[in-house]
Amino acid sequence: MLDSIGVVTLSHGAGGRDMRRLLDTLILPTLSNGQHQSSDAASFDWQQVAGDQRLVFTSDSFTVSPRHFPGGDLGSLAVYGTVNDLATAGATPLYLSCSLIIEEGLPLEELQYLLTSMRRAADASDIAIVTGDTKVVPRGGVDGLFINTAGIGAAARELQLGKTPISEQDRIIVSGPMGDHGVAILCARGDLKLESSVESDCRPIHLYSRALLDACPETRVIRDATRGGVATVISEIVQGSGLGAWLDESSLPVRQGVRSACELLGFDPLWLANEGTFVAVVPERDCESALKALRAFPACKNACAIGGFSPHYPDNVALRTRFGGERSLDVPSGELLPRIC
Amino acid sequence: MNTEVDAEMGNTLKYIDEFREPTLARALLQQIHRDSDALMALRTRPLQIMEVCGGHTHSIFRFGLHELLPDAIELVHGPGCPVCVLPKGVIDDCLILANTPGVIFTSFGDALRVPGSQGSLLNARAKGADVRAVYSPADALAIARDNPEREVVFFGLGFETTLPATAVTLQDAKRDGINNFSVFCNHITIVATIKAILDSPGLRLDGFIGPGHASMIIGTQVFDFVPSRYRLPFVVTGFEPLDILQSVHMIVRQHLHGQARLENQYARVVRENGNTQALQAIGEVFTLRDFFEWRGLGSIDHSGLAIAEAYAGFDAERRFALRKASIADPSACQCGEVLKGAIKPYDCKVFGKQCTPQQPMGALMVSSEGACAAYYQYGQYRKHKQVEHA
Repeated sequence: MLDSIGVVTLSHGAGGRDMRRLLDTLILPTLSNGQHQSSDAASFDWQQVAGDQRLVFTSDSFTVSPRHFPGGDLGSLAVYGTVNDLATAGATPLYLSCSLIIEEGLPLEELQYLLTSMRRAADASDIAIVTGDTKVVPRGGVDGLFINTAGIGAAARELQLGKTPISEQDRIIVSGPMGDHGVAILCARGDLKLESSVESDCRPIHLYSRALLDACPETRVIRDATRGGVATVISEIVQGSGLGAWLDESSLPVRQGVRSACELLGFDPLWLANEGTFVAVVPERDCESALKALRAFPACKNACAIGGFSPHYPDNVALRTRFGGERSLDVPSGELLPRIC
Repeated sequence: MNTEVDAEMGNTLKYIDEFREPTLARALLQQIHRDSDALMALRTRPLQIMEVCGGHTHSIFRFGLHELLPDAIELVHGPGCPVCVLPKGVIDDCLILANTPGVIFTSFGDALRVPGSQGSLLNARAKGADVRAVYSPADALAIARDNPEREVVFFGLGFETTLPATAVTLQDAKRDGINNFSVFCNHITIVATIKAILDSPGLRLDGFIGPGHASMIIGTQVFDFVPSRYRLPFVVTGFEPLDILQSVHMIVRQHLHGQARLENQYARVVRENGNTQALQAIGEVFTLRDFFEWRGLGSIDHSGLAIAEAYAGFDAERRFALRKASIADPSACQCGEVLKGAIKPYDCKVFGKQCTPQQPMGALMVSSEGACAAYYQYGQYRKHKQVEHA
């Protein structure tokens, strides 16, 4: 084993022999699928993404607490988060960087576990981890482990995504149930002593977004509904468009476990984070074929149309309730705090 | 919820969905419209019904009930959000406690956002104070047991609904000899508050949707003074849409028949005499204050509770030197008039301008259950629609 002490120490980040050993025996063999380049920067042939394609580049940092939750962990999240940002831009994921900021004292066994999870997630996302960095900070500097990943993908040059403004003839669809990740994390935190069978929807969406774009090349927008949930994403989509959005409450896909937790805690599934469920806007005439393409994947079997757009309340999102009433959906402000009664 | 695609989606939630059944709601609404039309033939002004409890306000907006009622029925959103009515001075005292070295300050989550004169508890936490959101006073006591070298203070607030939990926690703490735990007691009582509203000049209310959760503890009989002395219908009500619609209908029918009675719509939970055990615990641990300062309403006699002498060791007011300073509400705020139903939230001079849920100036914008926050959150779209149609 690496070290008798069994935890990451500051000397693992000091650039000397201990660091080399950590990289060579744990980090590189775990993360790399053979495409890693051992220089300071990875380089690629331009031809690979040239011609009729554009480069897509994104970066994200991951600090989730707890690091392990039903349906995923910090490692898989750090890969899927960035892969999904590429996928929502219509890109095929190609290369990923991985920067670790480790708090001294993190058990090496846990580091190994999380890196293995990253590698597995990268394989599932058809992306190669090709470069990275490792820092170790004193206790209290970070909470256990923070991971930054940056990803490069390639998208077809003729891709229409984002080029046509949304219109009244468009429909809003979601790829699956809402709020699973948010509830899984809340329950995993343990301070609520809530038990739930809900698992995070943490997964790569590049195949789903590809299938959606193939079935409906005129897809207007794809957005992964992470922090702030589906409501926040839709609110951002209408900002500045001159249109407002309406959602049909009775069509919103929500798992029973998520609904129960929300009833108990006073949350709205529309505001809860997702890590695999995404929102797309498609022309109404293509809506059925778009849904059919998505539903071919087991993870998207609950994909459905949830709303559309209206010029009557620009920049706002209205919910059509089951009683026939309508109410405005505001974007949540600050952190979600439970109500007392 | 969507049930077409997957059986796992939106299975009914037992004891909830029965009370949200759209077909029943439509039937009830038809009856309300019919009876309200009949009533309006006998009246010259709309029927103003106050829902006392913030939970009701929340449900009304969440399900869009206010839009479905006839124009002749106006819902007035009462003072029943215990977070909203906390005066600035109390929050300032919380900040003093939270900033005291060695203290872990615990509170229900939504009180953390309430602004005092020096910012909120969330601001204090960002600057380094150990402020933690808990779901019950029992959680706060558990933190005290786990941290014997620290002083743990729980911010006790709420109406009778949250009183028993605080009382039982203090009984536990006393029994187990926990000596690093105290409660900053800002609990309030609903009966004195309703009396104060009824006695305020210029009041035009025509009935009450009574508090369901508080009544579960204190029973229904304590509200008998409303029909007997003030000649107004009082219906103790549950929190689901059908509960609220049924209560509105009961109040309309009382008016139609020229009655003013105490009724219990929430009989599946609320008993006439309340919960005796809970009342005993409350009686042992708390004592009435002569008066309590409310944000938006001013001082109300006998509306607040303090920790009783027998539990003096657990009273944060006695354990720490608190200023208990009274700080006036901003003069532009019209929370008082909104609370009494004299004006609607959007008629207030600062509503949606200087006063928003992000930067609340007045009490009613603070918690999601405050009338102004609810109007702001759920009503913006409607305002747009009205502008559009105007």
